[in-house]
Parts: sequence; structure tokens; C-alpha cells
Amino acid sequence: MKIRYFAWVRERVGKPEEEIELPAGIATVGELMDWLAGRGEEYAYAFENRKVIRAAIDRTHVRPDAPIRAAREIAFFPPMTGG
Amino acid sequence: MTTPTTIRLQRETFDAAAEAAKLTRGRTDIGAVVTFTGICRGDEAGEPIAALTLEHYPGMAEEEITRHVEEACARWPVLGVTVIHRYGRIAPGEDIVLVVTTSSHRAAAFAAAEFLMDYLKTRAPFWKQVEKAGAKNWVAAKESDDAAADRWRGKAAE
Repeated sequence: MKIRYFAWVRERVGKPEEEIELPAGIATVGELMDWLAGRGEEYAYAFENRKVIRAAIDRTHVRPDAPIRAAREIAFFPPMTGG
Repeated sequence: MTTPTTIRLQRETFDAAAEAAKLTRGRTDIGAVVTFTGICRGDEAGEPIAALTLEHYPGMAEEEITRHVEEACARWPVLGVTVIHRYGRIAPGEDIVLVVTTSSHRAAAFAAAEFLMDYLKTRAPFWKQVEKAGAKNWVAAKESDDAAADRWRGKAAE
């Protein structure tokens, strides 16, 4: 599964994207954030305030309780500031 | 008849008047054209800025804007929509975003343009970074922008 990071989430993680093997028992976007946060200092920093981080599955906005099993690409990013 | 729509993401600047003219040229059913251009200001909180840099999520940005353009076309009797959003480094005074809507009467064109801008601010995957005094900082999302987008939810077309 491809994970992508944008804006300050990308800067804190230190990479724009990576391929991960989804561990058994991780069913939702929120659980994936919890798991990512435990992968090291940079991930802990990126995901320290999980409430503000937004997510998209296959380029569609989702909430933290969204199931991820069928996802090809999951993205994490701060609230958007376009326009 | 499907509504002509143009959605472009680009580094280059754009010509708002030319884009508006493309939607109205040769048509006599259009009675109103609204163009909104968002421009990079030269200061933030009273301090001068050097530039904005816009990051976006390629693919999702186009899809998210397309979904909202389709919603605008379903909610209001618009006759054409153009949305252009720039990314990359943008200097003060340069254009950032363009929304053009056309309709027979002004109410639909104004409403659709405002709806699209409110959604671009809060739902389109773009992030602004501001350069000032040699430092780069990510712009924080504004609650007032969320409130502006939220007011369109569940509101019937007028």
C-alpha cells in the first residue's frame, strides 16, 4: 500500500511517499495513524496531534474511522489552505 | 446539454479576461459572467512577505475540484465554469486562483462562484507556505474559511 504525505506532515516524516506492508489488525485510517506514529521519532512528531491531520483514500477525503483494507493509496496532510 | 467546464492546475500565470471571454464568445444565452481572482498579498499580519509556495496533491486536486464543479452545475443553472489554480512559487501581486461562472442571470453566477471559492479554500488539497524574513512557514487553516464552506451544506439552490 502506498502512503503519501503532504506539506508539514511530509516535512516531519522526511519523505513524500513510501510503500508499506499493512500489519494485521490495522483496519481504519485512525489505527494506521496510531501505527505510523510508533515507527520512530519523525513519525511520532508528524502524528503527534492526530486530530488535526486529514486523510484521503484513493484521492477521496475520508474520516479516521474509514476502513482501509481495499485502499491502494492513503494520504495524510494538514488542513487545506488553497484558494 | 452538458455545461462547458475547464479545470486546470498550472505553474504559469493566467489571463482572467481571456478565460472569461472564452466562456461567453459567440453565445447570446449568457446574461451574467462572474470572475473571481485570488491574488498573492504582499504582507501577512503587517509583515512583508517574499512569496507564497503552493503544494498540491496531483490527481486528487483535479478530482476534488471536478466534484465541486459538478455539484455547482447541479445546484445552480450555470452555463459555463472555469477554474484555474496555480501551484509552485507565487510572488506578491501575482494571481493564484481563478473562478469564472456564467449564467442567464447574475444570482446563479454569483452563488456558484462563491460556493466554488469556499470549497477550494477548505477541501481542495492545496497547502500554502509563506516566505518572510528568510523563514518559511506553513499557513494555518482559518476557522472562518471552514464556516464559509459549511454554510453551503444542506442549503437548497436559490
